Amino acid sequence: MEWLETFWATYSTLVLSIGTNVLLALSIYLTLVCGLLTVANAAFMGIGAYTAALLSLHSGLPFYLSLMLGALLPAAVALLLGPPTLRLSGVYLAMATLAFGEIVRIFLLNSESLTGGALGLNGIPQHTQWFDVVVIVIAALYVLLRFSGSRIGRTMVAICQDEVATELMGLNVRAYKLFAFALGAGLAGLAGGLNAHFTFFISPNEYGFDRGVEILAMGVLGGTGSPWGAVIGGALITLLPELLRGLGNYRPLINGVILIVIILYSPKGIWDLTRFVRGKRAAAAN
Amino acid sequence: MHAQQLVNAISLGGVYALFALGFTLIFGVLNVVNLAHGAMFMLGAYTALQAVLFFKLPLAVAVLAAIVVTAGAGWLLDRFIFAPLRARQAPHLAPMIATIGLAISLNSTIQGLFGAENLRFPVHGLAAEGLRLGDVQITWLELQIILLAFLLMAVLLWWLMRTRMGTALRALAESRKAAALLGIDVEGLFRLTSVIASLLGGVAGVLIALYTNAVFPQMGQPMLHKGIAVVILGGMGDIRGALLGGFFLGCAEVFSVAYVGSTMRDAVAFGLLFAILLLRPQGLFGKAAQRRA
Amino acid sequence: MLTLSSITKNFGGLQVLQGVSLAIPERGIFGLIGPNGAGKTTVFNLITGLLAPSTGTIELHGQPLNGLAPHQITRRGIARTFQNIRIFKEMSLTENVLVAMGRRARYNALRVLWPSSSLRAAQRKERTEAEELLARVGLAEKAKLLAGELSYGEQRRLEIARALATAPKLLLLDEPAAGMNGLEKQQLMDEIVKLEEGGLSVLIIEHDMRFVMGLCQQIAVLNFGRMIAQGTPAEIRANAEVVEAYLGEDNDGASPTLKSWS
Repeated sequence: MEWLETFWATYSTLVLSIGTNVLLALSIYLTLVCGLLTVANAAFMGIGAYTAALLSLHSGLPFYLSLMLGALLPAAVALLLGPPTLRLSGVYLAMATLAFGEIVRIFLLNSESLTGGALGLNGIPQHTQWFDVVVIVIAALYVLLRFSGSRIGRTMVAICQDEVATELMGLNVRAYKLFAFALGAGLAGLAGGLNAHFTFFISPNEYGFDRGVEILAMGVLGGTGSPWGAVIGGALITLLPELLRGLGNYRPLINGVILIVIILYSPKGIWDLTRFVRGKRAAAAN
Repeated sequence: MHAQQLVNAISLGGVYALFALGFTLIFGVLNVVNLAHGAMFMLGAYTALQAVLFFKLPLAVAVLAAIVVTAGAGWLLDRFIFAPLRARQAPHLAPMIATIGLAISLNSTIQGLFGAENLRFPVHGLAAEGLRLGDVQITWLELQIILLAFLLMAVLLWWLMRTRMGTALRALAESRKAAALLGIDVEGLFRLTSVIASLLGGVAGVLIALYTNAVFPQMGQPMLHKGIAVVILGGMGDIRGALLGGFFLGCAEVFSVAYVGSTMRDAVAFGLLFAILLLRPQGLFGKAAQRRA
Repeated sequence: MLTLSSITKNFGGLQVLQGVSLAIPERGIFGLIGPNGAGKTTVFNLITGLLAPSTGTIELHGQPLNGLAPHQITRRGIARTFQNIRIFKEMSLTENVLVAMGRRARYNALRVLWPSSSLRAAQRKERTEAEELLARVGLAEKAKLLAGELSYGEQRRLEIARALATAPKLLLLDEPAAGMNGLEKQQLMDEIVKLEEGGLSVLIIEHDMRFVMGLCQQIAVLNFGRMIAQGTPAEIRANAEVVEAYLGEDNDGASPTLKSWS
């Protein structure tokens, strides 16, 4: 397995970044399907990262348990935050989640005794292995594929198109939204924990507005037609800077331009482009 | 002491209001969350700086140059990004993503051209002299900033309330379909809104750059965050809200730094924001969404 | 079955409904008519829980509905269609109906995770049921089309199929015949009669008098938020106040027309 080790030595960071970002994009997927615009997942990621890291550093808990708790805490926070916040719609929800994200970041910055404040948390044991990331991503993808292909996904699409009509069909719209929100929070927390145990250093500013917007961008870029869209969105946003490495200082510029071009020519996201292929196959099957 | 801080709050608040106005115009009329607004802000600052440093132009002309450049950028933004997306009936988040791309591109271009360090205006002497009204010290620069900000706001408000085109714009913000049915040139107005909003952001950029005497590529980001906070507070898409929200934030910042300390200042701001959103999601002046069949 | 007792509804200073009382039994077809702005859709919104009455109570089988969330009220057996059609335009007809059946699914969220054969069987059964509902409103051949591609009359029928998918005991139809031609209206009338015979109660808001008079056993008339008359079609036609407010005077009453579309 020597080639695997060399591969890992060279590309481990990349694989883990892709995995983390795909997981983050998946975390926002269901909320986007419901039509919810939230930038809170960066904050949930931060909560998960710090929880898992602190547990690893200070308690004797095994890695996987810390990771799980790092996923459960943000989910619990989401369950608390959800009911008042999810009443808001559209941009107001985005803004409320933005405010929440900033509050979390400020809290992390200011609780120095617990979180190390602006200096961040260092020396996190590097427990994350590539198979952890791969397994978790595949599991998350599977769960989301199952949900989105079922009546649950269908209901969420309906909620996105017309909440009132959906509610009047006997469906508890609030519960569905809360579910999407909390599941997303858990996945984001998981991503945070995994990431923390690889980069061994985390700081509050990694989980702010910019990250929140980036996650949203991954979700929208990929498209809401299918969880595969989130995979594409996450992978693309991670790989693009890498693929453009040769361009040096102008890398962000090209990055930005590519983003613009993609959204201009496929406003519903990249997954929408595949509908031509899928459409042909469906027509051929009939 | 209070009066001096009030002056600071007014000048800072005025600039915040300008910036927020631009942001809220694009949201209210085009229905887009323009995350490139911070980049317009930065563009204005750099244009004015280069006009003074490189072209050796007087400050007034530099401000004019900033206005022209950012207005032009606003025109391009609508022409090549917003308009095509409208034509394709893109989902409402798509333009926002495009503006993210634009902000990244602009920031990196500027950084590539001028470097990442903090640049300064050759202000010499401008800052020191000024007026003295009782306990309050205002430099000429601060005075000019306040005057320009208020002048722009007054002109804009007058234009919006009293002219036909301004009224058409307000109609457009209410309902795109109705405006089109009334024969209003909807596309033209969208373009104009983008121009106006961008130049407001650009002017705010110049003013802040002069006020703090710091110009750097990332300067738009924190400003964008604040602009968003202002607009949420005042109500998305509402002009009065943007104005009042801007002043409110200016006052809150100046006074809270004095009394609470700067680290918790942001926490106070966002905590307040969050509470307000829960109690009154549409902000102080926004329209409440209705849930009826 | 459903009783509204002295309902008033205010929006700030505007009084939309005043002292409205209504009783709908378990079976039958009932009409709710009145000029535009009389408050008819508001009554529907109150019954389905989108709005809460300012005073008065609404009871279903003797149980008060006040304070229940809309989805809970639907689950108790009240379904509705809308004045402005609210179908999901970007979904197929089958999917539209399937969403409405979501509440009654025989499998819960967790079971979805594993593609067992029983899950697949349950999902197939759902689809069949959805297609049957579409057949009932005559839309079976178009099941795979996107709802946005249907004609106006077809969309209205889809809405009815969707409402039926929630297995209601009371069906509220808000201007179901609007935009339909004569033939479609006749088909709709036949369909509604069949629905009632199948064990439903139907309450219809409509402006087409021939439709209402020909279909409904009892009619309630709303004017400026007040109930001005309730009775059989013949009684309503003969009621002077109703004629004054809503129906025209200058005809023999066989096909009453509207006085104004205020």
